Amino acid sequence: MGSIAGALLDLKRLDQLAAGDSAVHRLDARAKVLATLVFIVSVISFGRYELSGLIPFFIFPAVLIAIGQLPAGYLAAKIILVCPFAVAVGIFNPFFDRGVLVHLGPLGISGGWISCVSIVVRTVLTVGAALILAAVTGFPAICRALERLGMPNVFVMQLLFLYRYLFVLTEEGGRASRARELRSFGRRGLNLSSYASLLGHLLLRTWQRAERIHMSMLARGYDGVMPVGHTSRFGVAEMLFLLIWSSLCILLRLNNGAQFIGTLVTGILS
Amino acid sequence: MSHHIIEVDRLRHVYPDGTEALRDISFSITHGESVAVIGANGAGKSTLLLHLNGHLSPSSGEIRIGHVPIDKATLPKVRRTVGMVFQDPDDQLFMPTVYEDVAFGPLNLGMSGEELERCVSGALQRVEAEHLARKAPYRLSTGEKKRVAIATVLSMTPDILVLDEPTNGLDPHARRQLITLLKEFHHSKIVTSHDLDMVLEVCERTIILNGGVVRADGPTVDIFRDDALLRECRLEKPLSMQGCPVCGGKGK
Repeated sequence: MGSIAGALLDLKRLDQLAAGDSAVHRLDARAKVLATLVFIVSVISFGRYELSGLIPFFIFPAVLIAIGQLPAGYLAAKIILVCPFAVAVGIFNPFFDRGVLVHLGPLGISGGWISCVSIVVRTVLTVGAALILAAVTGFPAICRALERLGMPNVFVMQLLFLYRYLFVLTEEGGRASRARELRSFGRRGLNLSSYASLLGHLLLRTWQRAERIHMSMLARGYDGVMPVGHTSRFGVAEMLFLLIWSSLCILLRLNNGAQFIGTLVTGILS
Repeated sequence: MSHHIIEVDRLRHVYPDGTEALRDISFSITHGESVAVIGANGAGKSTLLLHLNGHLSPSSGEIRIGHVPIDKATLPKVRRTVGMVFQDPDDQLFMPTVYEDVAFGPLNLGMSGEELERCVSGALQRVEAEHLARKAPYRLSTGEKKRVAIATVLSMTPDILVLDEPTNGLDPHARRQLITLLKEFHHSKIVTSHDLDMVLEVCERTIILNGGVVRADGPTVDIFRDDALLRECRLEKPLSMQGCPVCGGKGK
């Protein structure tokens, strides 16, 4: 349970970051959600052997981290946590795809290795962008933005409740699991059935809690529609933010940015 | 006509599994009265509270709020008149931030803009929780959660407050803070609790439930003086009325 509790603490840290007050924090959440979406789509739409074209995209996370004054080390640690999954997806490519694509002097690099690295780079970029979005916006604000962009109210409520009661549920589960551990005297794994009943109890308790929450919602005039509080405006700053980032992403997608900079630099030097 | 009057008339409730939780409950509470409903575990306190807000409907008998019986048609109005503070504040605080939680009721009532702002900050002010407005509920202490839960109800300007175990799980300081707060409210109040010392301070009248019926109903001090009655209902004198354990002095 320790690791889960730790992960939750991290969620709370992300939440704290979202309470910051910088130029990106203040933007309407919709602009940030849409820009991130454009960014992610541009990154994943590259061909599988593409690598150099992806490199310029690091400007998006870099700039947001700088303006939002986010702790880069913390975010990097979070991204590295996800990387093993990406490696697991890409690791077999070098064995199946042995055609040599690039020659670095005497060393031939196969397409498999390139596509494997490409997968990892893409993961770093997309996961990084999502984390940064959460860190400069906050989960509830992202949900509200999705709602205003047309996501059905039911899903928004599900997400908001998930976010609110995740902490309560894991605390409850943690307590139950600790109580079990204290009385099992180190015999791990043997009594699977006790885990089954523990989970069952957790489910029943969740059910009862849901009923009580619904009661307290009804008591305060809930009639099936989640009310929307005061809302921020989609103004000039938001428009600019969205326009600049999406046009940059699309530009970098259509033209290989690394090559462009390379020719520019060599052009100046020669 | 006053909204502040609650009349419970021969209320009976049988749960679907056949348990008869309330057998025959009658009492009435008038404007501004502060009444404690006490009793052993399983005496029917929670079942009674759930009726006051229309979450359970009587098997027979009737409840009238301001002379209007609770039924489907009057339910929305009743729920606005009777503000219910649940025992576990985690059930009551379900929105991402304290502010949104306190605003939930008023928004449902159709408030917006400056009026909403005023209403929410007013409610938070009354429970001394303005500084918590932007915080997420899971980052509050239990005492703070309890106070905010009361604010979520106050923001709907109810005439009657119903509180289920308000001092449950609070440290002495937070408990004292809450008692002071409750004494300041001039609403009609119905409080259930096992904290009989709090009852002695906050409520001038006490109703004892026992086995689904009203066993006693009268001034709190008189009821707590009746040792035989308390023992019969699995209760005990409040500590402040018992003798001093050190000097052996007699209580009140």
